Amino acid sequence: MRFSLVSLARQAFGGAAWPRQWREAEPKPAYDVVIVGAGGHGLATAYYLAKEHGIRDVAVLDKGWLGGGNTGRNTTIIRSNYLQDESAAIYEHALKLWETLSGELNYNVMYSPRGVMMLAHNEHDTRVFKRHVHANRLQGIDNEWLTPQQAKAFCPPLHVGTDARYPVLGAALQRRGGVARHDAVAWGYARGASAMGVDIVQNCEVTGISRQPNGAVAGVETTRGTILANKVAVVAAGHTSVLMGMAGVRMPLESFPLQALVSEPVKPVMPCVVMSNTVHAYISQSDKGELVIGAGTDAYTSYSQAGGLHISSHTLEAICELFPSFRRLRMLRSWGGIVDVTPDRSPIIGLTPVPGLFVNCGWGTGGFKATPGSGHVFAATIARGEPHPIAAPFGLDRFRTGRLIDEAAAAAVSH
Amino acid sequence: MLLIPCPWCGPRPENEFHYGGEAGIVRPVDPAAVDDAAWAAYLYHRTNPKGLHRERWRHQFGCGRFFNATRDTVTDQITGTAKP
Repeated sequence: MRFSLVSLARQAFGGAAWPRQWREAEPKPAYDVVIVGAGGHGLATAYYLAKEHGIRDVAVLDKGWLGGGNTGRNTTIIRSNYLQDESAAIYEHALKLWETLSGELNYNVMYSPRGVMMLAHNEHDTRVFKRHVHANRLQGIDNEWLTPQQAKAFCPPLHVGTDARYPVLGAALQRRGGVARHDAVAWGYARGASAMGVDIVQNCEVTGISRQPNGAVAGVETTRGTILANKVAVVAAGHTSVLMGMAGVRMPLESFPLQALVSEPVKPVMPCVVMSNTVHAYISQSDKGELVIGAGTDAYTSYSQAGGLHISSHTLEAICELFPSFRRLRMLRSWGGIVDVTPDRSPIIGLTPVPGLFVNCGWGTGGFKATPGSGHVFAATIARGEPHPIAAPFGLDRFRTGRLIDEAAAAAVSH
Repeated sequence: MLLIPCPWCGPRPENEFHYGGEAGIVRPVDPAAVDDAAWAAYLYHRTNPKGLHRERWRHQFGCGRFFNATRDTVTDQITGTAKP
């Protein structure tokens, strides 16, 4: 069904059950393209393959359920104020797609450009963020410098007094940044892709990548049988090294647990997103009223989907210092996701040494914001067999050539 | 927080240690003699296994010494340590 005011009213008062939003598909023996990983990036890739390139014989496989990995575990922050031109191009491409995504998908992804404010607590932060502000203005991306008083005016619960251990010296604000409903992004893309004929196959774990005699990809082995495809795209976040290992490709990736937690729900108190690299905290408020808090990664590589308690405690201490009025809130839930971190903190999008095998990974601690742009340029890369211009700088080959895209300062999570 | 058995000091909490990444990554003896692919492999490519991982730790706020450990990256159980 297509959502409209009339259809919603009819459904609300008609009493009938809501229809399923996408088809539960059985895997066919062969497809034109198999996408491994039904998270936001994989589903967006399938959606744009079908919509913009007419490639509809596509399967999206997931070992678990749709959107059950990092798509459903992140803190939903969206912004595009990265430093390097290559990054600005891809994140801004994504941000522009976010602005019209609900209409595009006919599905409310609840994109809310409420502003993302990054706090500076020392001389180094101040210089780095001012450099970001200037770089962004040259790139045509909004980002502005605020004094502590302006930051306080934009976010009243923020403590900007000089008695803090790391007082707020200023902030960089991207007003077009904000949040979106993470599950709805996966559901919306799944619904749109499924309606165009894409098969979304859940509970189907890929156990091997098979090859033709000439070395090119032949398909995948799964827990639900062999699926043939001349093009296989791995979009598996933290498990990318494992999957690429099945094709004999060693990746410049390490996987770490990244934690997040939510408080008990309260009335609207937090008008924007606040991030702080130095004291390490980021926080916003969901529409349900929970404060959504992002903590850090563990020091060691792991696939445990649960981080150490000292990591989240550290973040809560920082939150209490920045927002004294939140000190008596209780935390409801905490969880971890496995993020794949690259040496330069920039993603890897493109072709691999194996013909027909494509990869989109390395989004590390900040992939959600890129979901629409990532899927859009990756679909073009798969369809044409060559990198989309925006994706081209993010090729796997950059680690050999040395053309790294250093975003260590833009990533809010220190690692 | 992990309880890490330092082979010199015994079990100590994780925050006394510094993680040193995958063990057995050997720097090429003559970096100028290897090609870009080999140098990239040394600098950046890691096994990143789901399962047993051989890794380096340093007991930074203890004895200060390096050692190797084997840890299951699914359960985070350390199954053995070895002095270098």
